Amino acid sequence: MIDSVSHAEQQPDTQQPFAELGLKPDEYDRIKEILGRRPTSSELAMYSVMWSEHCSYKSSKVHLRQFGEKAPKTDALLVGIGENAGVVDIGQGWAVTFKVESHNHPSYVEPYQGAATGVGGIVRDIISMGARPLAVMDPLRFGAADAPDTRRVLPGVVAGVGGYGNCLGLPNIGGELVFDDSYLGNPLVNALCVGSMRHEDIHLASAKGIGNLVVLYGARTGGDGIGGVSVLASETFDADGPAKRPSVQVGDPFMEKLLIEATLEVLHAGLVEGIQDLGGAGISCATSELASNGEGGMHVWLDRVPLRDASLSPEEILMSESQERMCAIVTPQHVDAFMDICKKWDVEAIVIGEVTNTGRLVVDWHGEEIVNVPPRTVAHEGPVYERPYHRPEWQDALQANAPTPEVITRPESGDALKQTLLDLIGSPNLASKSWVTSQYDRYVLGNTILAQPEDTGMIRIDEESGLGVAIATDCNARFAKLDPYNGAKLALAESYRNVSVSGAIPLAVTNCLNFGSPEDPEVMWQFAEATRGLADGCLELGVPVTGGNVSFYNQTADTAIHPTPVVGVLGVIDDVERRTPMTWNADSDGELIYVLGDTLDEFGGSEWAHIHGHLGGLPPRVDLQREKLLSEILVAASRDGMITAAHDVSDGGIAIAIAEMAMRANIGARFWVQDDIAPFVFLFSESTARAVVVIPRSEELRFTEMCAARGLPAYRVGVVDSGLGADAGHPGEQVIVMGELFTFTIDQLRQVHEATLPAIFNT
Amino acid sequence: MSARIGVVTFPGSLDDRDAARAISIAGGEPVALWHGDADLKNVDAVVLPGGFSYGDYLRCGAIAKFAPVMSLIIEKAHQGLPVLGICNGFQILCESHLLPGALTRNDHQHFICRDQKLRIENTESYWTRDYSMGQEIVIPLKNGEGGYVADEKTLDQLFAEGRVIATYQDGNPNGSYRDIAGITNSRGNVVGLMPHPEHAVEALTGPSLDGLGFFTSAINTLVNA
Amino acid sequence: MARVVVNVMLKPEILDPQGRAVQGALGRLGLTGVSDVRQGKQFVIDLEGDLDADRSAKLEELAGELLSNPVIEDFTLTVVE
Repeated sequence: MIDSVSHAEQQPDTQQPFAELGLKPDEYDRIKEILGRRPTSSELAMYSVMWSEHCSYKSSKVHLRQFGEKAPKTDALLVGIGENAGVVDIGQGWAVTFKVESHNHPSYVEPYQGAATGVGGIVRDIISMGARPLAVMDPLRFGAADAPDTRRVLPGVVAGVGGYGNCLGLPNIGGELVFDDSYLGNPLVNALCVGSMRHEDIHLASAKGIGNLVVLYGARTGGDGIGGVSVLASETFDADGPAKRPSVQVGDPFMEKLLIEATLEVLHAGLVEGIQDLGGAGISCATSELASNGEGGMHVWLDRVPLRDASLSPEEILMSESQERMCAIVTPQHVDAFMDICKKWDVEAIVIGEVTNTGRLVVDWHGEEIVNVPPRTVAHEGPVYERPYHRPEWQDALQANAPTPEVITRPESGDALKQTLLDLIGSPNLASKSWVTSQYDRYVLGNTILAQPEDTGMIRIDEESGLGVAIATDCNARFAKLDPYNGAKLALAESYRNVSVSGAIPLAVTNCLNFGSPEDPEVMWQFAEATRGLADGCLELGVPVTGGNVSFYNQTADTAIHPTPVVGVLGVIDDVERRTPMTWNADSDGELIYVLGDTLDEFGGSEWAHIHGHLGGLPPRVDLQREKLLSEILVAASRDGMITAAHDVSDGGIAIAIAEMAMRANIGARFWVQDDIAPFVFLFSESTARAVVVIPRSEELRFTEMCAARGLPAYRVGVVDSGLGADAGHPGEQVIVMGELFTFTIDQLRQVHEATLPAIFNT
Repeated sequence: MSARIGVVTFPGSLDDRDAARAISIAGGEPVALWHGDADLKNVDAVVLPGGFSYGDYLRCGAIAKFAPVMSLIIEKAHQGLPVLGICNGFQILCESHLLPGALTRNDHQHFICRDQKLRIENTESYWTRDYSMGQEIVIPLKNGEGGYVADEKTLDQLFAEGRVIATYQDGNPNGSYRDIAGITNSRGNVVGLMPHPEHAVEALTGPSLDGLGFFTSAINTLVNA
Repeated sequence: MARVVVNVMLKPEILDPQGRAVQGALGRLGLTGVSDVRQGKQFVIDLEGDLDADRSAKLEELAGELLSNPVIEDFTLTVVE
């Protein structure tokens, strides 16, 4: 016996398990008010999932508003916040769309599938904008590298990201790999995708045109991800209750590959009026969003949905999160051609509904009406919470506990400084990430210009003109813990800087905000501060937020993760041929090495403090005007061919930046410590707005004059030299000489750098 | 008058566009071939590209071998049509019995993508004539099921007849028996290669230009025929 | 109605890295004395009607051509019910 609308009208006093589904009593009352009766079990399922934190952003909306309110004026934004992903104009008639999302909790439960379906979901967001997906990136965060649970989760996550992305044929052009105790039990798996389209190909998720058809295509619907909703199924009057339903979604990248090809073909053939992917809350979400963005009305025949599992109840079908499904709005004249293309790609497609003018979303199940709701109330008018927040009492003490020389002894001798560098370069956060990145295909599609370990990922968009885009993702969560407002600005600054060192002009921002429980006022304060910092920072730098994702509840009992606002910045370069690589090359002997920007005594939240088990003090000062200036100089230098290479200075300071450049070049260089700075500070401080650049002698004057004229400090600190080995006691080898302090061979450095992760993760 | 080289797209093929690009850069004319059509469009040679045809379901290349286009390719290959199978294409050639042996899961269990050094061991085949014997090249390798296996008798025969076209240098990345990276049939027209020459044809996007030789070999032979 | 089960295993002389990985894991999880593990595939095929001689032969042929790769795999075919 189905809980239809008429049944709900006749049985108004039926007890419904709204609390088990996560709804508060006042929310349940509001639903009854909206409908003028109690909801059917299907409607209850719909509201409960669509009004959940994950789908409705109820705790974050009031803070995320700032991204729109404080958005800097820019002509580059073609589609802003609110759609599946933001769309940015990059010139020459091209647009790109990009977004980063989280799939944290599923990856803890089932690492491979959690990560795989995270990639699948973000890729579908990109194709539903009308773009061809071009590349993926994966910011990953785990507990301590040698913790048993990290060894359980990390290999599966990496295999899942690789397994899904490689099979789709999307190159992985970068990401992050961070280890910190705060993520044990709450790993963070964020996935980014970027795609491109011509301006005229941009599509939006709206159902317009009365009489147009709603087509569901892709994989069949099964019991994936239903989890808690099955409590409803047991509440129906149906005697055959379902078996236990899994909470995990399982992905099939091959099906998604076919989906991508079929979708792009129907889009280019002009057969689609509106399109939406099925992600969280599956059919409920797709239909309610399409309807409320369009004419406002839709009629769906749920029994037409192709099923993998015939025992699913209608509530379960509505909630299922089975992967690799899309929904398109197609005119009756075009539907045959649409079906033909799906058939060509072996993709199942079926008309499950039509667009109406009733202003209601109506769903039938074998002739009985089981859902009749105003779609806006489901998709867009969910609850909005103003969660209380306050600064934690321990914040002051945390900030006061700076890593001064009294707290941690600082290395002074050459040997001690050398050892510190080796300790840092071999520490899990700074060690070579090849163990991970070699499991990802970076070559497919043949347009990857830069990938890890370069500062940014860069892909060529137009093979004729060389037009390309660069993307970086960054977040130093320790900085954010010490000061969430500035920590968010610092994440933005680092990502912005990483894009700029390649010679690309930063244009737009996406974000993935990973935090603990919003019910904890201290976490909520971190969130409020971080969003405020990010919004203020974006305004100051002139790069708007185009969209993003919020992941709450990343905590175990009372211990939240560090606030982790991951910021992705996208930039454009007119010709990838002139991109600036990160280090010197075989023709660079005699070229000069400069540090741009000022180095101060700033170690709060630094890698050096971290390997000494210390977290306290203030993060490095933010200077967004200086970051902007640095960016402009790096872009100008790239455009005018003034520099051979540029590398961002961040984790571990100048010493690590130099070490990374040396290992990548496999050619030595001689350095000296800047005047008036203590060696320890020069080498390891994490002051911001700095880069290391390599300049041909013929360009030195022009470049330094440009810096002086613009007010950017530039200090000569080294010279490339492949012949240092003999005098340094290592004949025939490439060495790095740091003044009178220490020398090391690049091989020695590499050995330490490359040993760490394989030693832990190779079984 | 240039050589027309077909590139087959199966559902799940990934490096077909890259193969087409490599053919163009090498001076040939790429021709798109669809798995479902038993029509080779009069091409002079065929490339079976890398990817995950049919999702690698059942076994890599196992389902692709039954595609309509393949029955035609198998027939023509026996008559001398030059065929280059790259990665998944190599797997399809083995499953189709155009080449001996099989490809299995990498011994270390992971997918691996790296710039791989190879030594060219055969410069007679259609696809390797533009290299010199013993030449060392670096081209990208990317696979999860790249371990070449065959029984001892077959392995001995391959080496004795000079039918191993390339071997891995500086470490075996996938457990392939006797470091075999690629082989050819006795006639030299069918070549299977695990690494990806089509990703080493442009300085901007690859580790070298060493991959061009595979394509120019066939193109030059065909044009001068 | 007939049900046929086809088991496919790698030939004994072929290296089985997955089996080896499972063997290692069993040991780490507390099962001692595991001398070997080999991993294979099982196909459960339900057929309408009877399994006559022709269909049987066809199934045997496809087991050796599609379901298994005779270069590296062996198969067994059992009629269950």
